[in-house]
Amino acid sequence: MSTVFIAFQTNEDTRPIVESILADNPGSVLDEQPAMVKINAEGSLVIKRESIEERIGRDFDLQELQINLITISGHLDEDDDTFTLSWKN
Amino acid sequence: MQIDLRTVAIKPLRNTFDHLVERFGDKPASRYQEGSYNIQQESIFHYRPAWDADNVLFDKKRTKIQMKDWYALKDPRQYYYGSYTITRARQQDAAESSFEMIEDRGLAELVPADLKQMALDVLVPMRHVEWGGNMGNSYITAYGYGTVITQPCLYHAMDHLGVAQYLTRIGLVLDGPEALDTAKEAWMSGAMWQPMRRHVENLLVLQDWFEIFVAQNLVLEGLLNPMLYDYLDAEFSAKGATAISMMTRFMAEWSAETAKWVDAQIKVAAAESAENKAQLSAWVTQYRAETLDALAPIAKRSFGDKADELLADLTSEFNARCAKLGLAV
Amino acid sequence: MDMKANKKKLGLKEKYAHMTRGLDWETTYQPKEKVFPQATFEGIKVHDWDKWEDPFRLTMDAYWKYQAEKERKLYAVLDAFAQNNGHLGLTDARYLSAVKLFLTGISPLEYVAHRGFAAAGRNFPGVGPRVACLMQSIDEVRHAQTQIHALSNYNKFYEGFHAGATHQIERVWYLSVPKSFFDDAFSAGPFEWMIAIGFSFEYVLTNLLFVPFMSGAAYNGDMATVTFGFSAQSDEARHMTLGLECIKFMLEQDPDNLPIVQKWIDKWAWRGIRVLSLVATMMDYMLPKRVMSWKEAWEIYFEQNGGALFNDLAKYGIKVPECITQCTVDKEHISHQIWLTLCTHGHAMALHTWLPNADEMDWLSAKYPNTFDKYYRPRFEKLQELADKGERFYANTLPMLCQVCQIPMLFTEPDDPTKICYRESEYQGEKYHTCSDGCKHIFDDEPEKYIQAWLPVHQVYMGNCWPEGTDPTVEGFNPLAKYLEWCHIEDGKDNCDYEGSSDQANFAAWRGVATQNV
Repeated sequence: MSTVFIAFQTNEDTRPIVESILADNPGSVLDEQPAMVKINAEGSLVIKRESIEERIGRDFDLQELQINLITISGHLDEDDDTFTLSWKN
Repeated sequence: MQIDLRTVAIKPLRNTFDHLVERFGDKPASRYQEGSYNIQQESIFHYRPAWDADNVLFDKKRTKIQMKDWYALKDPRQYYYGSYTITRARQQDAAESSFEMIEDRGLAELVPADLKQMALDVLVPMRHVEWGGNMGNSYITAYGYGTVITQPCLYHAMDHLGVAQYLTRIGLVLDGPEALDTAKEAWMSGAMWQPMRRHVENLLVLQDWFEIFVAQNLVLEGLLNPMLYDYLDAEFSAKGATAISMMTRFMAEWSAETAKWVDAQIKVAAAESAENKAQLSAWVTQYRAETLDALAPIAKRSFGDKADELLADLTSEFNARCAKLGLAV
Repeated sequence: MDMKANKKKLGLKEKYAHMTRGLDWETTYQPKEKVFPQATFEGIKVHDWDKWEDPFRLTMDAYWKYQAEKERKLYAVLDAFAQNNGHLGLTDARYLSAVKLFLTGISPLEYVAHRGFAAAGRNFPGVGPRVACLMQSIDEVRHAQTQIHALSNYNKFYEGFHAGATHQIERVWYLSVPKSFFDDAFSAGPFEWMIAIGFSFEYVLTNLLFVPFMSGAAYNGDMATVTFGFSAQSDEARHMTLGLECIKFMLEQDPDNLPIVQKWIDKWAWRGIRVLSLVATMMDYMLPKRVMSWKEAWEIYFEQNGGALFNDLAKYGIKVPECITQCTVDKEHISHQIWLTLCTHGHAMALHTWLPNADEMDWLSAKYPNTFDKYYRPRFEKLQELADKGERFYANTLPMLCQVCQIPMLFTEPDDPTKICYRESEYQGEKYHTCSDGCKHIFDDEPEKYIQAWLPVHQVYMGNCWPEGTDPTVEGFNPLAKYLEWCHIEDGKDNCDYEGSSDQANFAAWRGVATQNV
């Protein structure tokens, strides 16, 4: 199993996103660096629109993730409700 | 560490980069200037391109048009990436509200059936023409010379993609995904569209990038956009199809804006030399005839008996525009 | 009136497919070979362009919306940085040497990437990759411009930026390393371009370039660079998925593509790693406050992350490039070898160099326990000793360059770190020198291409690198001075040691004005 990761700029917009990811992906690991927050997970990582919406109290379009995104690793699959990173081996 | 500099003024050592001082004098430069001038490499290249071994990577010889200084072709809008995206974001925001309102209130249902059919027959297949415009302008971005012209051509290419997507959306709003299939079928085999498709495909194989600029951005857009977004739009508005006008507002604004940019390029290139002027005029004459042939059946569908008169009007307006730019057409 | 499909809300994938995929058509009035003349000459076989998967599904309206938001944020920070004299918050002005290297060595590459992706975005016969390449093309012009705009403020106060982002990359000897990399990629066909830039550079190596550079900037108080860097990275995520999708697509389309793709991966991994040795040097030597060593960054971002990638590609038959074996040896050496060379050629550099101080050498010993004290500390100490006596050593010739990567011949044999590695090839009766087995292999595979290399040092000695109107026969003619002038390197201001430079003096004086009641 290989590690996938996603990193965001550390700011007000990304705090609820990071919380949602950690809640939705048991076993994912938070790595806080200067100005950047990175989440590592084994095999796959899923970001759910609904979880973010619950935390911010408004509609959220997963494409908004791009504004604060720094980097990802793994294959990406995105639809209206989820943004998934995985290694398929 | 926090430093309080309320009363401290540090005098800068210089205003801007060397090449901008040489070009514009020793004063602070704008973001457009810093981001556009001389950022393309000029003369020293390591390897001949596998796809064009007679030229270097960025080569002035890829067009018959010649300029002493290619950076004379500046963009009057002074678009660099930031100002470009921020402008378009504002326009797309307005367009988005129009589409949302039309979708939420079902305003498309209020469009008279004949006008709705007209939009489906004329506007929706135009998405393919726009895609051709995207390809031509990407080509110029790749193989043109000098960032002040190649940069706005990429913005123009992306605009064409955006317009193609708005036209797609008009099809989706008025009818649904089937509208796109019907439009594609008409584009591929409908008699009305074949002259236009032939013309667009002919432009896809041109190699002189400035010739593409003239054929696509000046001539094709110079005749097509006013026909669609002035004349046809006036028909839509006048006859109760306001929803359609709302959905083409982006294009109307955009074509007026970009025409000014295109004009500025042609004007400067034509004024450079008699040879340029003759070449540009020859291209305009050639592509004007071809474009008008391609437009004829579409104008017929749009304006019926008035089509010939309308094309004559469009042509004389276009000729007047070219004359102002210093062309002999 | 029917109320059918238009009432159904389309999902992201479906909507994107309508918005892009259908735009293209099979041309019939002009043959496909004329519309897409670059599609086949590299030998890559594609049977069905519709099998291309778009990972990010951005339509233009969403692109404008999100990118404009990023731009507004970015320029707000840059304006604030300039208004508040943010440059005085740097740990030390010598940090700016790293930023000078970035502006003159990396920003012009962003520009070439912009043009190259525009070409790819015109040349692929499939609409999916074309749209993705065009978005990358416009992103890349963004990166070139935001970098220039961010660093423009430093140019107002410090030396070494004034030539701008492009003048020097065509002229300065060490900048032909990154330049030749991109010239090489752009002069190849569109598929090789995608492997070179889209895959090797963006996917495999970009994290090693940006993340350490940007963390280094954050650590050293350079908020302008952090901001453009992170803002650019948000686009890189899209670029990385494009690079990965592209390689999968080529491998899935036809088994005959595998050997071609493997050859390109091998070549571009090595080419890229050679370019990154400049980044290695920056991380280990040019940051007053260090984030991590090159070796550590290599282990995290290449060995671990790259390992996951190659595990994934193994199912297509892709093997880890052979050169990686040498990299595990090299990671302990390259930054020291390069900095030694730069320090001894500091008079011909467009940035300041310096000999590492005692603390810095201790840090290097700790990070490189196997190599630093044994091979490199004694050499730096020797140089320091000379400098203390007022005899700072500068080599009076320019170094010989590798015919492929164009780095001076300074790297050592894989099994003997005391012996410079030379490799030689013969082509059409001429001898060509390369710095490693990796570069020799690349040369031997396409000698007709690499003999064209415009090696700056050769050109200087042939007299091709002087300002127009230079007369080399006048008495007291100084070729180096004329070369520097041609490069827009101001002798005595932009080059040589940081210690004693006007940057050092100005920074100290301005900080004094800012913090004391003088």
